[in-house]
Amino acid sequence: MLRGLGKLTWLEMKIFLREPLGAFGSIFFPVLIFVLAGRWFGGMRSPVAMEPNGLLRLKLPIFSALLITISAVMSLVTIIAVYREGGILRRLRATPLRPQTILTAHVLVKLALTAATLALMVLAGKRYYPIGVHIPVFSFGVALLISTWSILSIGFVIASLVPTARFAQPIGAAILYPMLGLCGLFVPLSELPPGLHAVARAIPLTYAVSLLEGIWKGDGWWVHRGDVAALVIVFAVCTALAAKVFRWE
Amino acid sequence: MEVSTTPRFVIQVAGIRKSYGATVAVSDVSFEVREGEIFGLIGPNGAGKTTTLECVEGVRRPDGGTVSILGLDPFRDVYALQQRIGVQLQEAQLQKRIKVWEAVDLWGSLYRKTVDGDRLLEQLGLASKRNAWFMTLSGGQKQRLFIALALINDPEVVFLDELTTGLDPQARRAIWDLVRGIRERGKTVLMTTHLMEEAERLCDRVAIIEHGKIIDIGSPEDLVRRHCPQRTVVLATDSDGAEERLRGMSSVRTVTRQDARFTIEGVGEDFVTEVIQCLSENRIRVTDFRTVLPNLEDVFLKLTGHSIRD
Repeated sequence: MLRGLGKLTWLEMKIFLREPLGAFGSIFFPVLIFVLAGRWFGGMRSPVAMEPNGLLRLKLPIFSALLITISAVMSLVTIIAVYREGGILRRLRATPLRPQTILTAHVLVKLALTAATLALMVLAGKRYYPIGVHIPVFSFGVALLISTWSILSIGFVIASLVPTARFAQPIGAAILYPMLGLCGLFVPLSELPPGLHAVARAIPLTYAVSLLEGIWKGDGWWVHRGDVAALVIVFAVCTALAAKVFRWE
Repeated sequence: MEVSTTPRFVIQVAGIRKSYGATVAVSDVSFEVREGEIFGLIGPNGAGKTTTLECVEGVRRPDGGTVSILGLDPFRDVYALQQRIGVQLQEAQLQKRIKVWEAVDLWGSLYRKTVDGDRLLEQLGLASKRNAWFMTLSGGQKQRLFIALALINDPEVVFLDELTTGLDPQARRAIWDLVRGIRERGKTVLMTTHLMEEAERLCDRVAIIEHGKIIDIGSPEDLVRRHCPQRTVVLATDSDGAEERLRGMSSVRTVTRQDARFTIEGVGEDFVTEVIQCLSENRIRVTDFRTVLPNLEDVFLKLTGHSIRD
């Protein structure tokens, strides 16, 4: 059914890595930022930052993971917009490739690159976490995958709405980055003014952060069933919406 | 055994319509394409050629009417049909940094029956560009790659949309040779062009489209004969009385003279012969003689009242 998916995914991966800044921008740059930030915070060595729930141990990894995910989604939005504007989507669609195959290939490329970046980051970040501190890497990976799917589906709705490739980056940034400030990662939801609090409750990233923080700290999945449900609903709604409004040309 | 003279229709289009909002792009277009011919949809930009083509090849869904290709419906039987047709789209691009061989390889993996990609690239003069990125190809090379992709599954019907737009004359001629090559392999070609010269050089039959309607269908020669029967002879002579003799011919409509150069317009298949007879009988000595035949451009002007370039 998804004939050509493997080949197309591999091809799109190679093409992306040929972009100037392709590999650097998506893999090495975030790791670099992470290491520099870690050094800086690590240099302060404030007791608060080194606490298990502190900035360095908890907030930085999750912030980095979300940043990687969001930049992957932004990159996806841009690629879709460029492909649409250049008639590449139209050309691919006039082959036996199914429409969902064309889009799935891009999602897989983004997931693979996100995974590679995270793996590097875990390696680079090892030094901040003394031996003996248990981090549920696998569960965290699953939680991040669920969050990423959800945010990617928002990306497809944005990709459907941006008028031209030129607007893809700024519109994507304007929608996605403010979410980072309101998602409860740095400012607890309870300290937000009531109006913003309501907004925060409506942002899928809020549930992603709650899930990721919980799993990182060792919570069980059952505790965060509400977060998972919210992310799945966002995914379902956005995918259905994108399927309706997505423009191929 | 009696050979059937009834042509087999590979494509049958009946009464298709397509509107975008309040704009009617195509209204009630019908035509048939015979097996093994190059059929051209010709007309100015915005006439509805591409919309018609895209409705036929299944890229766009018409609002009404029926299309049948090789006996199949382009929407109901889309996946069966895609195996048997080859498509080149107007103004399509590939990924900037996809290599030529990668595109051919991807396309080749999508069809059940394929031809050898490397041989195809060689035939299209792209063998040396095998490892080049798409963005580094010239306009002509890109179009040749798109032809290669349209031929990778050894299709029975090939759709070509404004294949040579934006190419320089030399690249254009090279592409024409390739399209003739497609016909020689026994394939049927449905193409669009706004270049009358291209239609005359390539097409066995053409449909003239304007404002989303077909005005007439026929071979370029038939259309010229039907709509532009006038013939023009330009000759140079300094014989006295030549003008008078020429004007005396029954098939002559007008004679205009500029010094020793005469432009004689007349009507009918025999007009040129009659002019030659007149010259010979009257022993008029000419230093130059040529005929100007009307072409599709003139047919278009006659049928629509304006030039295709407007």
